[in-house]
Amino acid sequence: MKTIKIYGPGCKRCEATEAMVRAAGAKLGVELDVEKVTDAKSIAMAGVMSTPGVSVDGKLVHAGGLPDETKLEQWLTA
Amino acid sequence: MTTETHNIPPQRGVPDWLWYVGVPVAAVVLWLVYGQLIPVSEWVTSLFPVERNSHTGQAIAFFAYDVPKVLLLLTGIVFVTGVLRSWFSPEKTRAILAGKRQIWGYPLAAFLGVLTPFCSCSSVPLFIGFVSAGIPLGVTFSFLIAGPMVGPVGLGLLYGLVGWKIATIYLVFGFSIATLAGYVMGKMGLERYLQDWVREMNAGPVGDLLDEKMTLVDRLKVGLEQVREIVGKVWIWVLAGIALGAAIHGYVPEAMMLKIMGGDAWWSVPAAVVIGVPMYTNAAGVIPIVEALLGKGAALGTTLAFMMSVIALSLPEMIILKQVLTLRLIAIFIAVVASGILATGFLFNFLL
Repeated sequence: MKTIKIYGPGCKRCEATEAMVRAAGAKLGVELDVEKVTDAKSIAMAGVMSTPGVSVDGKLVHAGGLPDETKLEQWLTA
Repeated sequence: MTTETHNIPPQRGVPDWLWYVGVPVAAVVLWLVYGQLIPVSEWVTSLFPVERNSHTGQAIAFFAYDVPKVLLLLTGIVFVTGVLRSWFSPEKTRAILAGKRQIWGYPLAAFLGVLTPFCSCSSVPLFIGFVSAGIPLGVTFSFLIAGPMVGPVGLGLLYGLVGWKIATIYLVFGFSIATLAGYVMGKMGLERYLQDWVREMNAGPVGDLLDEKMTLVDRLKVGLEQVREIVGKVWIWVLAGIALGAAIHGYVPEAMMLKIMGGDAWWSVPAAVVIGVPMYTNAAGVIPIVEALLGKGAALGTTLAFMMSVIALSLPEMIILKQVLTLRLIAIFIAVVASGILATGFLFNFLL
């Protein structure tokens, strides 16, 4: 079980990122707890300045733009 | 991202060599097409059962020429900008600016504002990230103003549609306004007008995503992705802008234009700003309008003021910033930037 947080105010790319994360989780058979963080204050507190940002088990792995699919799979299996 | 950079498995899809060949080939094809725009647009216009020199004929010719021209230019500019900006990120920019408290922090911030990729939807976390890292408020404003004001899309289209002289004037003055407006606001000591929670918070450290390795092909991919996203988003504004430009080009009499947007009426510059602020479009949509206005004899100062206020001062952006700035600070922000725009407008109407 991995805890994934997706940081973003709810723009199109943030939703696309969430869909990518869920799809990769399903594909790899990794159980995910996906949470979307949309509040500007919490986004900034996490150290994210360019959205969408992604953290895995509390560690920020990505900020700005859609994540790369191969890298996404690596984060989920690491 | 920091630990997994080595040993990336081979990418599926397009092989690298195809990128190295495909991008130059696409550039040449676009360039050749670009050279044929006049005959093609004249041919398209001739298909309509109207006199070429009638009002409608003029408007159709303008539209048929500008739509492919702007879309081609836009594609090229967005691609090149996307590739260039892949070397920059808000995180890197923040690290560069955090150490700069001296006077040249302002022009540096304006410069980085042009090169750093950020979308207006993340301007709030970006603003907080900057301010909480100890970057002075004025420097942060220089960054935020320069981004839209002297964006590459606006400059590139201005160059292609109106010419290099006006594009250069726009660049110099847009950049100066961003720098000076930030400086003035920095001197005003406005920190107390931030929303309370922004002043009190200390943002967490930025994740160590800085040393992300990208190959040239990755950067080309970023460029293409940008083209897909931005051209896909703004084409409707481009069409609307060109339609309005075509209507002006075909139907508005020159005498009327001179009366309303000529340099003689002192009120034409402030009027242009007042009309420009609530107009929400982007650089790609407004420049065809500017092209038509200038072609009809509108004064340069008035037109520059109109263009700058449309691009740099937009209400939706203010509403987003309301989360971090008090109304009072937003009002000061608008007043300072608008003064710079007014000064530019008056200066050029006076000189020319």
